[in-house]
Amino acid sequence: MENKIVVNGVNKSFKNHHVLAGVDLTVSSGSIYALLGANGSGKSTLLKIITGLHDMDTGEVTVNGLELTRNLRQIRQTFSLNSQTSTTDGVLTGFENLQLIAKLRHLPDPTKVADDLLNQFDLTDARDRRVAAYSGGMQRRLDIAMSLVGEPEILFLDEPTTGLDPKSRNDLWEVILDLKRRGKTIFLTTQYLEEADQLADQIGFLQNGHIVATGTPSEMKKLGGHSRLQLILPNTDAIESAVKLLSDFDISEQEDGSLMVNLDAGVSTSLKVLTLLSTHNIPLSSFQVLAPTLDDTFMQLIKGA
Amino acid sequence: MNYIKDTITLSGRLIKHNLRSLDTIITVVAMPVMILLGMVYLFGGSMQIDGLPHSQYVSYILPGILLITIATGSAYTALRINIDKTNGMFDRFRSMPISKSAVLSGHVLSSVIFMLTSTAIVLGVGFLIGFRTDASPLEWVLILLLIIGFAIMVTWLSVPFALAAKSIDGASSFSYLILALLFVSSAFAPTDNMPTALASFAKHQPMTNVISTIRDLFASNNVGNDGWLSIIWLVGITLISWWLGTRIYNKV
Repeated sequence: MENKIVVNGVNKSFKNHHVLAGVDLTVSSGSIYALLGANGSGKSTLLKIITGLHDMDTGEVTVNGLELTRNLRQIRQTFSLNSQTSTTDGVLTGFENLQLIAKLRHLPDPTKVADDLLNQFDLTDARDRRVAAYSGGMQRRLDIAMSLVGEPEILFLDEPTTGLDPKSRNDLWEVILDLKRRGKTIFLTTQYLEEADQLADQIGFLQNGHIVATGTPSEMKKLGGHSRLQLILPNTDAIESAVKLLSDFDISEQEDGSLMVNLDAGVSTSLKVLTLLSTHNIPLSSFQVLAPTLDDTFMQLIKGA
Repeated sequence: MNYIKDTITLSGRLIKHNLRSLDTIITVVAMPVMILLGMVYLFGGSMQIDGLPHSQYVSYILPGILLITIATGSAYTALRINIDKTNGMFDRFRSMPISKSAVLSGHVLSSVIFMLTSTAIVLGVGFLIGFRTDASPLEWVLILLLIIGFAIMVTWLSVPFALAAKSIDGASSFSYLILALLFVSSAFAPTDNMPTALASFAKHQPMTNVISTIRDLFASNNVGNDGWLSIIWLVGITLISWWLGTRIYNKV
């Protein structure tokens, strides 16, 4: 697949504070790249550099094969940016917001463009209502619709679902996946692991100014995680005897009172554990095998830093 | 040219903001009108200005009131610039393939239009309560140019404050500075009767020059040095604010 965005050794400091220390990443055409990181990890700074809003100290960014700083005007025709805060105008109606962007992109028929997008994003009923009266989910939908004016190839979404309720978040994920189906390349930042898991083709973990890990969601899960066996026992006596009995295994007691057995050695370890418990007549309320999650990777990477 | 087209599009958006905000209209138009009415009917009777019959006091204070109208409007200019900066609207516009300066120009254009509209309304109220002028058409043109110049100056002056302010409250507070300067000028009373130190400040600050020039033009008198001084002040402050404002804007 063709590389749409290439970031090479980008450095940026603000007053002695090294925010980005040599960031490298590649986004292939038609894919979703999720930049994952804690608050203050420099996600937004990196996004602002790639979209030409901030200068970098050193490094190189190419978009569509063109070097960024020298071809900014041309590159800006091909992308649009949604900032962290919803960048809709609350005083204007939904229609006026879209019409404004269409006029600024010098499209021949701003009214038609605005109405088509309202229709696509299911906002036609709210066409002439002020955006301040929209729900959070509607505002984000309008925000993304505004970014689609002029059909740019690349969309930059800075924390697109922060602050949304679960239903609106799911709706928005559908919208984003649909954009990918339409061939758009999407670069998004998020602090939600689940979001990266659901949407991304590639994930990059940004920490202390570096991309500390990168890969597909399943690669990332393997990186930090291992399967675990969770045992739930009926009482403290049972827990105590189980801990004693299973001392040869990598076992830990959780805050909720359950026992967690590390299955690094293979899932068959769980059979041994369960057999041991039953031969020693230790009562068991329930058990389950937990697959590795992105959370595990994330926690692992944070601990390692 | 795209720069002009984009500026007009962007200022159209902000004009909608002004028209849809009842609060803006009330503050910017009603406050100067209240001051005008208060000064003329409440305090006017007690104001004795040498060689000026009471019936002409409204003509004496109207130039100052017009400038107060413009200064009040600048609080909203600063407010809207600061909101666009903090909520990411600037980022959206600036990441688009439009002229970077059109974003700021849109704010300036809509601000000047709004200030001139509110000034015209306040002037209309002035006429209703007895303001009269001997100005010739040429003098009217000069008055208009001076008021436009003052509006541009105050608007640009608000730009660096609005961009540098950390909060919305901070952004509009600078307009009180201009209002304070207007009160310590010849707007409501001649500077001669003020305490010496205050008087020499009031006499030599830009607001007094501009007010005196407008007052003389309305009365069809010779404007003297005030005219040149006004132009120098207005152009000077505008250029410095423009330089400072665009510098900060490029860093935001």
